[in-house]
Amino acid sequence: MSHAIGIPVAAPHATTSNSAGRVMATVMAALAPATLFGFWLYGWPAVYLWFITVGSAMLGEAFCLRLQGRQATPVLLDGSAVLTGWLLAVSLPPWAPWWIGVFGGLFATVLGKQVFGGLGQNLFNPAMVARVALLISFPVQMTAWVAPLPLFSAGAPGLIDGLRITLNGMPAGYDAVASASLLGFTKTELSRGIDLLASLLQAPVPGWYGSHPGSLGETAAWLIAAGGIAMMALRIITWHIPLTMLAGIAVPAAILHAVDPARYLDAGTHILSGGAMLGAFFIATDYVTSPNTPRGQLIFGAGCGLLTWIIRTFAGYPEGVAFAVLLMNSLTPIIDSYVKPRIYGRDRKGAALEPGK
Amino acid sequence: MGFFERFFQPSWGVHPDDHKRPAADVPLRILPPPARVYMPLHQHVGGAARPIVLVGQQVLKGQLLAEAQGNISAPIHAPVSGVVTAIGEVTAPHPSGMGFAAITIANDFRECWTELDPVEDPFALAPEEIARRTAAAGVVGLGGATFPAAVKFALGKRLAVGTLIVNGGECEPYLSSDDCVMRDFADQVIDGARIVMHAIGAREALVGIEDNKPEAIAAMRLAAAPWPEVKIRPVPARYPMGSDKQLIQTLTGKEVPADARAAEVGVLVHNVSTCAAVHQAICLGRPLVERIVTINGGAVDKPGNIMAPLGTLVDELLAFCGLKARPARLILGGPMMGTPLLHGRIPLVKGASGILAFDAREATIPPAGPCIRCGSCTKACPMGLLPLEMAARIKAGELDAAVDFKLSDCISCGCCAYVCPSHIPLVQYFSHAKGELAARERARLRTDATRRLADERIARLERDAKEKSALAARRKAERDAARAAGAAAKAQAATTEQPQGASA
Repeated sequence: MSHAIGIPVAAPHATTSNSAGRVMATVMAALAPATLFGFWLYGWPAVYLWFITVGSAMLGEAFCLRLQGRQATPVLLDGSAVLTGWLLAVSLPPWAPWWIGVFGGLFATVLGKQVFGGLGQNLFNPAMVARVALLISFPVQMTAWVAPLPLFSAGAPGLIDGLRITLNGMPAGYDAVASASLLGFTKTELSRGIDLLASLLQAPVPGWYGSHPGSLGETAAWLIAAGGIAMMALRIITWHIPLTMLAGIAVPAAILHAVDPARYLDAGTHILSGGAMLGAFFIATDYVTSPNTPRGQLIFGAGCGLLTWIIRTFAGYPEGVAFAVLLMNSLTPIIDSYVKPRIYGRDRKGAALEPGK
Repeated sequence: MGFFERFFQPSWGVHPDDHKRPAADVPLRILPPPARVYMPLHQHVGGAARPIVLVGQQVLKGQLLAEAQGNISAPIHAPVSGVVTAIGEVTAPHPSGMGFAAITIANDFRECWTELDPVEDPFALAPEEIARRTAAAGVVGLGGATFPAAVKFALGKRLAVGTLIVNGGECEPYLSSDDCVMRDFADQVIDGARIVMHAIGAREALVGIEDNKPEAIAAMRLAAAPWPEVKIRPVPARYPMGSDKQLIQTLTGKEVPADARAAEVGVLVHNVSTCAAVHQAICLGRPLVERIVTINGGAVDKPGNIMAPLGTLVDELLAFCGLKARPARLILGGPMMGTPLLHGRIPLVKGASGILAFDAREATIPPAGPCIRCGSCTKACPMGLLPLEMAARIKAGELDAAVDFKLSDCISCGCCAYVCPSHIPLVQYFSHAKGELAARERARLRTDATRRLADERIARLERDAKEKSALAARRKAERDAARAAGAAAKAQAATTEQPQGASA
């Protein structure tokens, strides 16, 4: 909007070339390599699921905007709905049926975001709200992992077969690829009384490379970390949340693994498993639902990490990133009201400094 | 500063494109004196000056037109010689476009100076005399604050300030008038700084210059070479480095406490152009009647620095530099803190370091979107405030909550609004809230005063009534007493008569 000469406007009369849309686009670009790797790793069903989830998230956003009598197109173009859908899609089992994506996408933008008042108003991370809702509502579909079956490899579903998997669920013919994630597998085995030293011998051990069963875009730790570091270099995010979240998982894991390796997984496995990497770099760093000050972010990140580890280790669910992030989201306003930067000329409590000092 | 804070030092400020060149490198031009100048009476912080000339009166260049009024004020002098043709209203350089009083002089082009009183050796003068002469010359802070310089001298002297900081930061984009003064008049700046040191009793002067002005740094180093007490200190180019508090912290490590003045931590800040004006006022005896102003912006054909008489219309300055497009926005000052002008028929004032004529592209600010809580504003705020939290409170009408976030510490530098990816006009929110709070405070004072007067009136009425009744009671008592006395006298007379009668 340009102001004609003669219309008073407040300074400054210059502004950054940055925009919310550009921030979202940069995050998407950083997330793209890990996602493309996931597409390759899990084939066409993953591609379809991604499109369905992102499309549903956009549909949910557009629907709410229309209800408010607002133009949907300019808001959709800011990319936040796409990003929400994208983050949800990469956290889903890659061969999940279409209605998982539809339900999740709509849930994320309608109940996770627009109900609170739209962009910037939501208390909880919309993608994680949807993921948790799906996990609680449809535990079977949400834990149906598949072994990697890269695109164009022998036995991988083609374009049409892939579509059939997404629309009709996993056919009998592909039962062979059904698999478990390491976290889920070891948890089940532990509950059966088989300790880690024994169960890990048969488990699909996660590696940096990412060729192990898991969510659509969560397995390639190195690609996610590279995207996260690129975002740090571009100053989209800072190191505070990712580092403390990973440390919050790794430190207790390392200590207890040293104490009892038969009961506690080691730190490396924890970091490379499940949503730890994605959560640290892309989920917990969500601007809207994380604290604003560096010190608040340190607390938030450490809390996310620690809760993730506690849930994984002691709670009923094998994976805890989504729960941990949501729990810490609810603490964000409290952290923000207690942890504030020191104001120039004042002490931490806000009292004016003494001129003599 | 603790160990912890050393690691978590906030990196305040922003790095906007400075757009200073090529305008800064163009040699200084001198504006041909205009046919008419409009000299506003209120070009400074404090009371407006009071005219002492009459319409039709012949005035000489530098002659006193209006004298200072009140403790904080500054006099106004004639920028050209000629005839006073009017004392009336012109448009003020303010977004409201309201008028304010100005003296119009028709130039006779004789450039005939009034009698000046230069001083041979300023360092032989008493500090009070320097302050008096500076005040009489109408010198005010030329960096934009326009606070009367002599008032600051007195403050510095009283609080025994040890360090004078000479502000050559000029961190606003587009502007280069201070740069020009430092390059072309470094001797005057250094001499002026030494006079100011003498006036306030400072032991050293630190000249802070942003490192994007290497020519100015070189020129100032050369001029300051004979004076070891004047130290040239390049500082990193970062907006708002030219803000008092930030420059003081960068140069001395001292932090000015909230609600306190810089002088209370032993420093005083004066702009480089102000120092040059002090030199001219003392050594040449010349009052402040002209200044160097940067004319810049995309709509200007030949941008650069112009020496122009005060009171020259903005339109004439723009015409001198040429316009290649119709300006989409006119700004007095820099783009970060400047005032939008409604039109060009506004006179050049003492605090005008630049006039910017933006073309349509420069003037375009995208529409504001919702806050995504990215925290860019928090990182940029040089005061360590939380602009997003304050704006959210103000938007909800909760001004007191915004005050709890120390809204009063906001220096309106514009860093937050500049970096905001959603282009939220944060400074507008803060200015609105500050205005609202000031109005509320005024209303409170007024009600307090009204209540006090009403209470006093009631008390007075009660007192009057009491006094009246007391008086009435006393009168009655007196009357009663008189009556009783009369009766007693009568009775006594009767009794004295009686024995007389009895004896008779």
